[in-house]
Amino acid sequence: MKKEVIYRLDSPYRESLDITGYRFGSGKKSACIVGSIRGNEVQQLYVCSQLIKKLKELEQHGAIVSDNEIMVIPSVNHHSMNIGKRFWAVDNTDVNRMFPGYDKGETTQRIAAGVFDCVKNYNYGIQFASFYLPGDFVPHVRMMETGYQNTSLANLFGLPYVVVRKPRPIDTTTLNYNWQVWETNAFSVYTSETDVVDEVSARQAVSAVLRFLTRMGILRYNSHSGYIASIIDEEELTIVKTDAAGIFRRLKCPGEEVHMGEVLGEILDPYEGEVIRQVVSPTDGIIFFSHKKPLVTESEIVFKIIRRLHE
Amino acid sequence: MVETVVSMGLPVDEHLVIRKNRLMPEELGKELKRIGIVTGTHGDELEGQFVCYELNRRIQEHPEYLQGIVDIYPAFNPLGIDSITRGIPMFDLDMNRIFPGSEDGPMMETIVRQLMDDLAGADMCVDIHASNIYLEEMPQVRINEETAERLVPYAKMINVDFVWVHASATVLESTLAYSLNMIGVPTLVVEMGVGMRITESYGCQLVEGILNLMKEMGIWAGPVGEVRTPIVSSDREIGFVNADHPGIYLPKARIFDDVDEGDIIGRIVDPMTGNIMEEVKAPIAGKVFTRREYPIVYSGSLLNRILGGVQEQ
Ligand SMILES: [Zn+2]
Repeated sequence: MKKEVIYRLDSPYRESLDITGYRFGSGKKSACIVGSIRGNEVQQLYVCSQLIKKLKELEQHGAIVSDNEIMVIPSVNHHSMNIGKRFWAVDNTDVNRMFPGYDKGETTQRIAAGVFDCVKNYNYGIQFASFYLPGDFVPHVRMMETGYQNTSLANLFGLPYVVVRKPRPIDTTTLNYNWQVWETNAFSVYTSETDVVDEVSARQAVSAVLRFLTRMGILRYNSHSGYIASIIDEEELTIVKTDAAGIFRRLKCPGEEVHMGEVLGEILDPYEGEVIRQVVSPTDGIIFFSHKKPLVTESEIVFKIIRRLHE
Repeated sequence: MVETVVSMGLPVDEHLVIRKNRLMPEELGKELKRIGIVTGTHGDELEGQFVCYELNRRIQEHPEYLQGIVDIYPAFNPLGIDSITRGIPMFDLDMNRIFPGSEDGPMMETIVRQLMDDLAGADMCVDIHASNIYLEEMPQVRINEETAERLVPYAKMINVDFVWVHASATVLESTLAYSLNMIGVPTLVVEMGVGMRITESYGCQLVEGILNLMKEMGIWAGPVGEVRTPIVSSDREIGFVNADHPGIYLPKARIFDDVDEGDIIGRIVDPMTGNIMEEVKAPIAGKVFTRREYPIVYSGSLLNRILGGVQEQ
């Protein structure tokens, strides 16, 4: 293992922001793994730290197949993490919306350019990411439909679901999208949490990455086979929105099976405690995403459901 | 007449309400033309607040001159303005990156969809921005090159100093202006002044320009003051000046100043040691149209933009 600073940004009042990369093995650039890019992605940082711990151990036991280099960058924006901010604290911009970056541009474009320069040209790119809507997911691998995506490769992580998202204009500046444009096979791995550590899904994510690297011939590691993934087009998910605002009581969680007409959650009057609305499932299926915060507005997405097809 | 365009329930005993004031002639004649004046998408940009006030005042002073519909939307992002937040409180994405919105999306995308529906069918829209809290901008209209042919003639009517025709970028396809232009509502994006402040002189200048535009469109029949001819960027170079060191920026050149290539236009200094970290030089000769007002800089922070002279083809 080689630990090195892959990008440094000096700060007027703080220690410099040093972005650290861990290089395992040597030879052709096989896989690059990026952890936390936003300051609240603590779970993503944790997953990466556990992965680095495991890769250290595997490297010592000679388990990295020769002529393979694996790069792991656990954290990009700890300057924000250390002060409890999600985005770049000076101008509130999101480093994960600045890719591929520009080394003569604004500060966060320079950070993105510095990171991208290091992470591009790998055969596989894996990012532990978080979504722009707050809530929980079933652990899954997400890919952008760029024309370069390869869903059968995503299947090799052995997570239960692979979601393909049609990129919207705003997605074109994310790491995942630009990796693909630069011909890296890019995957975003979503576990169930962001701001807090969830041991169970963290272990699942570490195993999924090790399984993938093993199946790609980069590692020699005995992993159990995992799931055969269902591949889902994000647009096929059934969306359940609120038609009232108030206190949200979640009754169904990601991964649970639900039936049409079943009550998924309740909205309570915030003063009088009465249930003012029931959130009812419009379909049979599995909960893929659910709102988690205790409050909801009107017209908010509270559930996304993988529809079960009747045969 | 003040009308509610969007109302969405918030968790505890409140609604997010977006309103507009519709001004129209007393006698409803034939088909009336309609212009929308939008501002307050970014909650830290306030220059448009004065423009809305002043435009309201000028029109209501002489209702007899009004020959069409003027819809004034002072606050597209009322929760942001009210909490000194550029974006939408509790939401990750910039409001000007989720247009045209969707009924199936999260609440804010639904709201944006309804705002689009309200503006659809207008004959013109002016979307007023005020840079951000870091940079001061010369009054200017920004136009995506894809729509330049159609929009530059209108931009010349609106009494700004500068029209910046910029390259298109995929990420900008989710702005209000792009989305409205796509559905046939010509939309001008104005940038002027600086965030969290109001520059009344710029506001009055733009109001005169909006009245002039309304006059050209047949919405306003009253007298209009003199309107300046803007410099159009199409065949000109633009020089960007970004910091290369962290520290405190002390700008020297002001907006509208003409500078020569290599002129010192500011300094980055270190308050701890008393050292000058960087003498900031103009990369090209031209007119300063952007200037950093917020002193603390990192490497990369934008300090100035300079509009160069006409380039020989
Ligand atoms: Zn703005």
